[in-house]
Amino acid sequence: MAKPVPRPTPTEQPFYDACAAGKLVLQRCQHCGHVVFYPRTHCDACQSDQLAWEDASGAGTIASYTVVRRAVSADFEAPYVIALIDLAEGPRMMSQIIDADPDALAVGLSVKVDFAAWSEDITLPVFRLHPALDGGDAGP
Amino acid sequence: MSVSGLGGEFALIGMSESAVGIVPDKSPRELCVQVTLDAIQDAGLTLGEVDGLITCNAFAEPIMYHAEAVAEYIGWQPRHCVTVNTGGGTTFMALNMAAAAIQAGMADTIVVAMADSLRSFMSREQAMVVQSSSGHPHYEQPYGPTVPAYYALIARAHMDQFGTTEAQFAEAAVSCRAWASQHPKAQKRDPISVEDVMNSRAIADPLKVLDCSLVSDGGAAVVITRKDRAKNGPHKPVTLLGYGEGHAYEHISQAKNLTTSAAAQSGRAAYTEAGLTPDDIDLLQLYDCFTPALLIQIEDLGFCDKGEGGAWLASGISKPGGSKPMNTHGGMLSYCHPGNPGAMFGLTEAMIQMRGNAGERQLPNMRTALCHAQGGIMSSHATIILGAED
Repeated sequence: MAKPVPRPTPTEQPFYDACAAGKLVLQRCQHCGHVVFYPRTHCDACQSDQLAWEDASGAGTIASYTVVRRAVSADFEAPYVIALIDLAEGPRMMSQIIDADPDALAVGLSVKVDFAAWSEDITLPVFRLHPALDGGDAGP
Repeated sequence: MSVSGLGGEFALIGMSESAVGIVPDKSPRELCVQVTLDAIQDAGLTLGEVDGLITCNAFAEPIMYHAEAVAEYIGWQPRHCVTVNTGGGTTFMALNMAAAAIQAGMADTIVVAMADSLRSFMSREQAMVVQSSSGHPHYEQPYGPTVPAYYALIARAHMDQFGTTEAQFAEAAVSCRAWASQHPKAQKRDPISVEDVMNSRAIADPLKVLDCSLVSDGGAAVVITRKDRAKNGPHKPVTLLGYGEGHAYEHISQAKNLTTSAAAQSGRAAYTEAGLTPDDIDLLQLYDCFTPALLIQIEDLGFCDKGEGGAWLASGISKPGGSKPMNTHGGMLSYCHPGNPGAMFGLTEAMIQMRGNAGERQLPNMRTALCHAQGGIMSSHATIILGAED
């Protein structure tokens, strides 16, 4: 077994191509302006199929988080942090927060995207705490 | 016919439960067959007098045409035969579909039967795989969330927004266990304290193992018919007064609101149809897959204001002797949780209480019960309100 890895559809492929290049991209509805995540064929605000990819800032805040103490499978090493991230552009994304002291986590803290290889072909967005955006120490 | 097709026109006339907890001597299919026959007998009927069967599939023994396989096993060819799968919400959605089928003339009397054996017929590894498969395969599962982790995200958001504490979540588990200690069949009967829950093994912060429901074997069934056909059975019928559904999303990462669920919609619809309010409910049988789910249902179903669920639980109001008894069988936290059939036992317990057969834990003057079930990660909800016959 290995970690679960997405098998992107043609619709989703640009998202994963961008991740592999170290960029976060999101779809914006050309009809109503809503920013869409996860990638899809129709806007979940107005159902238009006119969606276009654009670069995202990679900034977000923690909507919620949990420190997983019992891993889902042997492919994951507990503890690890699962979080819901509210992206600056609007959509919410599940991800991991990496290299963080669990005691330093809190709802509302700022995070910044990073990227991690999940397999030979697939790179996924992950997040790191970003104290500078909260007016704190930017760290090393 | 009202909103759902249920309100006041249909009655539950039979029920049965298998042995629950650890039941290694019967397969899920065999349990489903047993509870089907037992519920028909409990209703005072013969197989030939029942013409519909609704089941849900079993994780431990999936069958492509599950209901047909159960009927085949006992040489039965019911007029209406269908398998329903809406996760934890299956129980009450199946009940509503049964009422709708009767209303539409597809059958006169239907058995709704469910059983699974997550404990004895699946390895723990298989069970974990089933659990993890509930997330989005591209945008959730790759990060390694567990089902407890999804509910931990909900719990943390509630703590942040309303100041709810881990000890208040623990009170839900303590309450359910206090009731289970009075039920001779419950899988877990030893009373527990808030400290026991707080000190139990960490699973996904802030949830500990005692915040999580059991992994069990078991099955249950009920028989439903139109009220005018329900008069001559051995037991007083239980009337379906109201029903409601709410469907918000599939994946927790797509939830617009982490702390208010579609139980608010399903509850509102059920109360409206029944013409009742939360104050009128004598017994709450809620879906306690995890303690924060229970707490949020208490709020969304109107038993307290939003954000006050923790204080409501800590007051002891739901425990034996309290004025709002909840999950008197012990719930999925302490009675049993065989997966999709989990909410069936909330329903059968409500019927046992209305019949006055609950022994040590019998409630006085049982007139109304609200049963709630949810599927997914607080995704889809179904609420049913039951009334005792005079």
